Amino acid sequence: MRSRFYIPFLLLLGILFLVAPLYFGGYLLEILIIALWLGYLGSCWNLIGGYAGQISLGHGTFVGLGAYTSTLLFSHLGLTPWVGMFLGAFLAAAIGLFFGFLCFRFRVRGAYFLLITMAMAEIFRLCFEHIDFFGATVGLFLPTIKGPKAGFLYQFEEKWPFYFIILAMTAGLLLVSSIMEHSKIGFYLKAIKGDEDAARCLGVSASRYKLLAMGLSSFFIAFGGTFYAQYRMYIRPDLLMGIHFSVEIVLAPIIGGMGTLLGPVLGAFLLVPLEEVSRLLTDLLKHSLHTKGLIGLHLITYGVALILVVRFMPYGILGLFQRLKERWVR
Amino acid sequence: MLYLQALINGILMGGIYAVMALGLSLIFGVLNIINLAHGNLMVIGMYLSYLLFVLLGIDPYLSLIAIASFLFLIGYMIQRLILNPILDAPEEMSVLITLGLGMIIQNVLLMAFGPDYFTVDTSYKLNSLMLMGLSIDVTKTFAFGASLIMTGVFFSFLQWTELGRAIRAASNNREAAMLAGINVKKIYCIAFAIGTATVAAAGSCVSTFIPTSQGAGILFTMTSFVVVIIGGVGNYLGALAGGFLIGIVEELGAVLLSGSMKQVVSFGLLIIILLLKPEGLLGRKGEE
Repeated sequence: MRSRFYIPFLLLLGILFLVAPLYFGGYLLEILIIALWLGYLGSCWNLIGGYAGQISLGHGTFVGLGAYTSTLLFSHLGLTPWVGMFLGAFLAAAIGLFFGFLCFRFRVRGAYFLLITMAMAEIFRLCFEHIDFFGATVGLFLPTIKGPKAGFLYQFEEKWPFYFIILAMTAGLLLVSSIMEHSKIGFYLKAIKGDEDAARCLGVSASRYKLLAMGLSSFFIAFGGTFYAQYRMYIRPDLLMGIHFSVEIVLAPIIGGMGTLLGPVLGAFLLVPLEEVSRLLTDLLKHSLHTKGLIGLHLITYGVALILVVRFMPYGILGLFQRLKERWVR
Repeated sequence: MLYLQALINGILMGGIYAVMALGLSLIFGVLNIINLAHGNLMVIGMYLSYLLFVLLGIDPYLSLIAIASFLFLIGYMIQRLILNPILDAPEEMSVLITLGLGMIIQNVLLMAFGPDYFTVDTSYKLNSLMLMGLSIDVTKTFAFGASLIMTGVFFSFLQWTELGRAIRAASNNREAAMLAGINVKKIYCIAFAIGTATVAAAGSCVSTFIPTSQGAGILFTMTSFVVVIIGGVGNYLGALAGGFLIGIVEELGAVLLSGSMKQVVSFGLLIIILLLKPEGLLGRKGEE
């Protein structure tokens, strides 16, 4: 990814993204925002799941913690979410580090790590759904603020400010990932992912670097939760903390390519239009066939995509390209 | 009294949990695959038993055998078509495949049946035996009896048949089994198929007292995992003991905490055991 060839390409892409809101409005802008948001979440997950190879199915918890912290602080204490999101991120990182520490301390690996994160996520979801302070299963609505002050409270009436916020967040995170990938940490993580025991033998403190990746991942992904809360103005435990959402976070990096810089974003930009198409198709069929509706269609396409990708290109789309390139260069 | 009642309910439920877990333990132990679609396959069993009951009036405890055989075929095909080709990939990959499979099953069921709950209203549904002031649910007792029979069949099959021996051999040491002339890939298909058939049978049993809905799969999967991990992977007696333990713990948890918080107890138990004693409560260290 370091070769000079990519720089003009990335610049062009950046400019395209910057001018996009001038040409796209309403529905298309919404799709762009959601795709960028999923790409952001996927990139955060990629830090621990892709680079370090520790597949977590509980990252929805951290998104939820971010969303709930900033929202509760705002609606009860009036603290602006711009500050609250940092507190949420620190809380999420603390929880992530706690579970990460336990798992890595006791040498929990591979599929067992996946099970622990899943169980963790379910415990959090069930607790949030049973405590009225968190809005229980009904969820929480954010109080709407109108007027010039709204921007200071992370509320905008139009979509384009949200677009630029999520664009900046994604770009910033890609920068962080890129720096990490090319630093010492990135190489250590690659070694741990390849063969943890061998890495340990060579003196890499595997637990410490995995913990670092986990901390960064849960810290950054919590911002995505606050973003969602401000954008939708409504949060509910099963929307952000359920297993299904954790799975959705993981899908984009897997399809785009785990452990690659742009893979998660690419995956998100493939998945979200796919979801929209199947949603349109659903509506179309509902009107013409008068069926009960094909509610789960987009999730079925997700499932099929997941199986096909893992079966035929386990390194994702970008991983496939990288492999082809390596073969060609050799 | 309340606790004694919870204890009885827990034991009855525990039998079902044990059957759910046996299938998963077999798949986990033999194939080393974390099957996240396990609960979804059970839900298929529940829907089939509902359909057979409503359309043809067949009692779930009779249709159980037909359903198990049908799911046996489906399980065989799943292993044959999508899991065998990636045997050599890292284990996380097969987890992701089963995750995708679970999503497909759940949402196909959602499309076909909608989000509603379905109940199988057998004539004996609301009956219960009164015993010294404790009520014992008839459907749960039937399910308990059925699960004991299934467990017995499962054990005798693994212990005393040629195929069962081959499965245990493949589970102990894949290469050695191959050298001994066992077609390991076929054994894998059969093991996955048996796992699927037992869990579908469990689904058929519980359809008499748990409302059928497409969303329940993930919960069943997690419960089965808790039981398997507690008993120790590939340890079938452990799965049996784990089933009763979790059944009792959940029912007591439901009395102490609120009803749907009972899973918090078992998920917490899962985390603690995975961290401290990953070979299971009954497993010995270094037993691979």
